[in-house]
Amino acid sequence: MMLNIKDLYAKVEEKDILKGLSIEVKPGEVHAIMGPNGSGKSTMGNVLSGRPGYEATAGSVTFKGQDLLEMETEERAREGLFLAFQYPVEIPGVSNMEFLKAAVDAKRKHQGLEEMSSVDFLKLARETCKRVNLDASFLKRGVNEGFSGGEKKRNEIMQMMLLEPELCILDETDSGLDIDALQVVADGVNAMRDGKRSFLVVTHYQRLLDYIVPDYVHVLAGGRIVKSGDKSLALELEAKGYGWLESEVV
Amino acid sequence: MTEEVESLIRKDYAAGFHSAIESETLPPGLNEDVIRFISAKKEEPEWLLEWRLKAFRAWQEMEEPTWAHVHYPEIDFQAVSYYSAPKSMDSKPKSLDEVDPELLATYEKLGIPLHEQEMLAGVAVDAVFDSVSVVTTFREKLYEAGVIFCPISEAVHKYPELVQKYLGSVVPQKDNYYAALNSAVFSDGSFVYIPKGVRCPMELSTYFRINEMNTGQFERTLIVADEGSHVSYLEGCTAPMRDENQLHAAVVELVALDDAQIKYSTVQNWYPGDANGKGGIYNFVTKRGIAHTNAKISWTQVETGSAVTWKYPSCVLKGDNSVGEFYSVALTNNFQQADTGTKMIHLGKNTRSTIVAKGISAGRSDSAYRGLVRINPGADGARNYTQCDSLLIGDRCGAHTFPYIESKNPSAVVEHEATTSKVSDDQMFLCQQRGLDAEKAVSMIVNGFCREVFKELPMEFAVEAGKLLEVSLEGSVG
Repeated sequence: MMLNIKDLYAKVEEKDILKGLSIEVKPGEVHAIMGPNGSGKSTMGNVLSGRPGYEATAGSVTFKGQDLLEMETEERAREGLFLAFQYPVEIPGVSNMEFLKAAVDAKRKHQGLEEMSSVDFLKLARETCKRVNLDASFLKRGVNEGFSGGEKKRNEIMQMMLLEPELCILDETDSGLDIDALQVVADGVNAMRDGKRSFLVVTHYQRLLDYIVPDYVHVLAGGRIVKSGDKSLALELEAKGYGWLESEVV
Repeated sequence: MTEEVESLIRKDYAAGFHSAIESETLPPGLNEDVIRFISAKKEEPEWLLEWRLKAFRAWQEMEEPTWAHVHYPEIDFQAVSYYSAPKSMDSKPKSLDEVDPELLATYEKLGIPLHEQEMLAGVAVDAVFDSVSVVTTFREKLYEAGVIFCPISEAVHKYPELVQKYLGSVVPQKDNYYAALNSAVFSDGSFVYIPKGVRCPMELSTYFRINEMNTGQFERTLIVADEGSHVSYLEGCTAPMRDENQLHAAVVELVALDDAQIKYSTVQNWYPGDANGKGGIYNFVTKRGIAHTNAKISWTQVETGSAVTWKYPSCVLKGDNSVGEFYSVALTNNFQQADTGTKMIHLGKNTRSTIVAKGISAGRSDSAYRGLVRINPGADGARNYTQCDSLLIGDRCGAHTFPYIESKNPSAVVEHEATTSKVSDDQMFLCQQRGLDAEKAVSMIVNGFCREVFKELPMEFAVEAGKLLEVSLEGSVG
């Protein structure tokens, strides 16, 4: 099992957001998490990745058999959990290249490997840029500094490719993307589907799932999964909205 | 999160050791006899003794400045010793082989090997220990290029006409309280002269070390770049950890004659005091340069040490088309206080100045930028650009900006930009989600913030500065 979330409760600023969330993700599977605004979709990604201020109060989460909630934020990352941010933040003055190399080296160190040589890393980073249609000049720029919305998202996918995580959580990566950028992001994700790597794709719209076809679709409402199905569920939601489900919950 | 960041900024001061070196140290106290003693010790000519005494008499009439945004108990200037020198230096060693090995070991431990073959290629070092210069490396090589680089006490004897002409020409004896004190009791420091049209073949640097207890350090540096010459100079400073505060009042004078360029970089790491604010150096420094026609003076400073810093490296842009620059990173942590900035005095036509000041405050520290841009009536077409950025780590520290702009020429263009930001939780989370630990994340974010200044440092030292910042920040997250 890649990820096993069991009856998870979590709060943010004293407010209960997740209320009994359970999902099982096996290696290689792609799960789409959909749901109305305020249902707890982003909270799920933040709790799983260990963002300060997001506190799990009950339930359990195991990641590759380990107790995820006991692990430090950076340890989760080094163990292969990746969160692609909905709103990637800027770090002025820190070059993308420096940042990416530090991240890759932190993971390699954790795995008992040597740091990458700057030459090898530059080569790898340039190739990866090409894969997400970013000019290599982005490596020299400050992390997300002055990037457009689409460039920030592609930068996230580039980081995902470089870090080769085992579990990728995409937090509304499609929001604010035009159709071309969406295609690039989806191509990137699809290229990384290798039968072992798992994905949790959090999205508000069915549109993304035309490009990244999920194995399962879950509807999150009121802090827990209220309905699960295959990709056809996404189409049904597109047609009917979320209202009919919420009435079912109550 | 805040607590996490703050606990990252606590770390040992690596240069805090004391060397067991037998010294001749004057008992505490200051009067004319002490000045006569220092002058006699250095076998100075009569004019210099008179110069010192004039400064001392002026100092006695002056009052300690209190306008800076710093607070510290009143200093008892009679409790300070004004001269201390390793005994072994009495015999005036002629070469490195004759220098007390313990002295060399001290510098070795600080990462500054004084044997030329072990040194960074291309950097000549003058090592000043308490009140005397211990050794100056690469002198012969520099001499071949016509460059003079020696202790100022030696220059007084060897190049009296140069010293007499320029000493006090930029910072007069009565300039301010600490400059007057320094003029009265200065012990040693470096003297540099670059002849006409010469580009100094290597970086020059002076490394200041305070070792003795209750001793003040009052070094005096004088750099004269003759017409069309270029020089890059760097100073570094450390001191042992002690519970008592120690006084450091230096004066640096730069003279850039027509078409000359001086780049002066400082990495200041005096002992900052402990996490509770006990001990540390009081760093009261006057630095100023005069730029003649088409000349350029550039100050770059990375200030991470000292309990209290009071320092405004300045440029007097006297000649037409002269250029002044000031790039500064000042980091304060725990209970450190810094009031630092610059003065750009535009006298000549089409003079230009640039100020980039980055202040980083952590712990309960307080950091202030204070800067004066003055455009005199004759400075047609003068331009200034000032950028002051403050970065706060945690919520118990302070950052302040005191800009003064006096423009008396309508054709002048003066720009001032200021920002204040915090190391945000979102930035920290992005770094940690990518596998970096909190400490690495803070140092990376802070280094990024300082990037514009670090790129002005000589390359060898830019790396050092980055590391120093990392060490100074350690314990600020956790």
